[in-house]
Amino acid sequence: MKNSDLHRQFIRKHRNNKIKILACQIGVLILFLFLWELFARIGIIDDFIMSSPSRIIKMFGALGEQHIFKHIGITVLECILGFTLSTVIGSLIAIALWWSVTLRKILEPYLVVLNSLPKIALGPIIIIWVGAGMKAIVTMAVLICIIVTIISVLNGFLSADEGKILLLQSMGANKFQILIKLILPYSIPNFISVLKINVGLAWVGTIMGEYLVSAAGLGYLIIYGGQVFKLDLVMASTVILCILATLMYLAVAIVEKRINKKRR
Amino acid sequence: MEKLKMKDVSLTYQSLSGETKALEDITFSVSDGEFIAIVGPSGCGKTTILSLVSGLIAPSEGEIFINGEPVRKPNGKVGYMLQRDQLFEWRTIESNVILGLEICKKATRENKEYARELLEKYGLGDFKKSFPNELSGGMRQRAALIRTLSFRPEILLLDEAFSALDFQTRLAVCDDVYDIIKKEKKTALLVTHDISEAVSMADKIIVLSQRPAKIKNIYTPDLPVVSPLKRREEPTFSKWFDIIWKEVSK
Ligand SMILES: Nc1ncnc2c1ncn2[C@@H]1O[C@H](COP(=O)(O)OP(=O)(O)O)[C@@H](O)[C@H]1O
Ligand SMILES: [Mg+2]
Repeated sequence: MKNSDLHRQFIRKHRNNKIKILACQIGVLILFLFLWELFARIGIIDDFIMSSPSRIIKMFGALGEQHIFKHIGITVLECILGFTLSTVIGSLIAIALWWSVTLRKILEPYLVVLNSLPKIALGPIIIIWVGAGMKAIVTMAVLICIIVTIISVLNGFLSADEGKILLLQSMGANKFQILIKLILPYSIPNFISVLKINVGLAWVGTIMGEYLVSAAGLGYLIIYGGQVFKLDLVMASTVILCILATLMYLAVAIVEKRINKKRR
Repeated sequence: MEKLKMKDVSLTYQSLSGETKALEDITFSVSDGEFIAIVGPSGCGKTTILSLVSGLIAPSEGEIFINGEPVRKPNGKVGYMLQRDQLFEWRTIESNVILGLEICKKATRENKEYARELLEKYGLGDFKKSFPNELSGGMRQRAALIRTLSFRPEILLLDEAFSALDFQTRLAVCDDVYDIIKKEKKTALLVTHDISEAVSMADKIIVLSQRPAKIKNIYTPDLPVVSPLKRREEPTFSKWFDIIWKEVSK
């Protein structure tokens, strides 16, 4: 039983280490907030332009008047719409490009150009074409996510083992069977990493869109707060944004865990 | 009965940088239940022969017949075993083994039962629900073989099927695979650059030249039909090894 003693020791060490790291992570945050508050109180920084933790907390209390939940709801809806649309449409396009080598070759230069284009430059065009409002914001989010989705999903498809394709072909498999039996299941891990990237990009697109056109949403609150010099509002909205983005990322991580469990 | 026939087959690969003549006038036939080995230097065109037999590519000249019918495209008549076992990591062993049945749309209850029986018969019954990464290299190769057997192909094609394994495992897996192929009375075409592997397993050995591959000679060693390991201990084994080796390197 010496062995299991050693193992228990190992586990304990591992757990202790984990706790230590978590404690330090929380410590860094607390220290940061503490110093921020302290410097604001003793006047090293001007809390009118830098805000301070206590002012942000006060702002949370006051936010009720700003219909904060309406703003959160609108931003989350836009973000989820942008995320879902770009993931679905992007994956379908990637499948089409995998299917047809000719199509892939034709569209390749366009993808490269669109990928390197800063999508924000399209803002004015989007507003004119789809109108200012939620549609424009979702379009912006989709534009930012979709090219990356197409390129990464397609690369995942193309990295499938040639030998496995050969094996299926020798059994008489057609293209559709190769897609269903090999390419799609093989690409699931890659697809999940694409989802994780898209969560981040969808937020970028949504907030950018809101900066451009919106009359509601967290991005709007931030812009508005900046214009009327209410830095507490800007900071509070930013904190809420951080929390929302983390929650959405965690949702994807949970999906990943579920799938991994199923596959193992 | 003649299972496979290649008649005056030539093959030239086309590419932008030019033409590569890989095969020239290949003619041979394989009868039912025979175990044929094709040996030749690397890059001479061995894999090309298997691609032709499986219908993945069409010959530039000549024709190929399986059971007297010309081969036009892949149709599930051959079971291909590649260098790496190519098991699908996300499928259980059981589900890997019925892959061919699914592709050929023959995944009936009887056929799946047959695949399961093969797993039981060859000692993988306890690993039905396991994933490939839980099996040893030898067991994975055996699962790959059962996958090719489960849809009852006319011919098994083995392309350097053991060369990714370490020496010790390779000897054992050769024995294993040979035993199963003989028990199931399958016709097999083994491609290898390992002469001792060819001599230890085959009834007939076809020696190919450098590219473009032509048949230099066909040998029928007078070795007993026993397991590959036992064959390696036969007094005449090294004689045959020498003969083939000289022919290949000549
Ligand atoms: N798709 C292809 N296009 C052009 N040349 C090829 C192709 N496949 C194989 N070759 C060439 O044909 C020759 C024979 O290849 P192969 O049959 O794979 O050899 P072996 O299996 O004996 O090593 C090689 O020189 C190889 O470079
Ligand atoms: Mg080869």
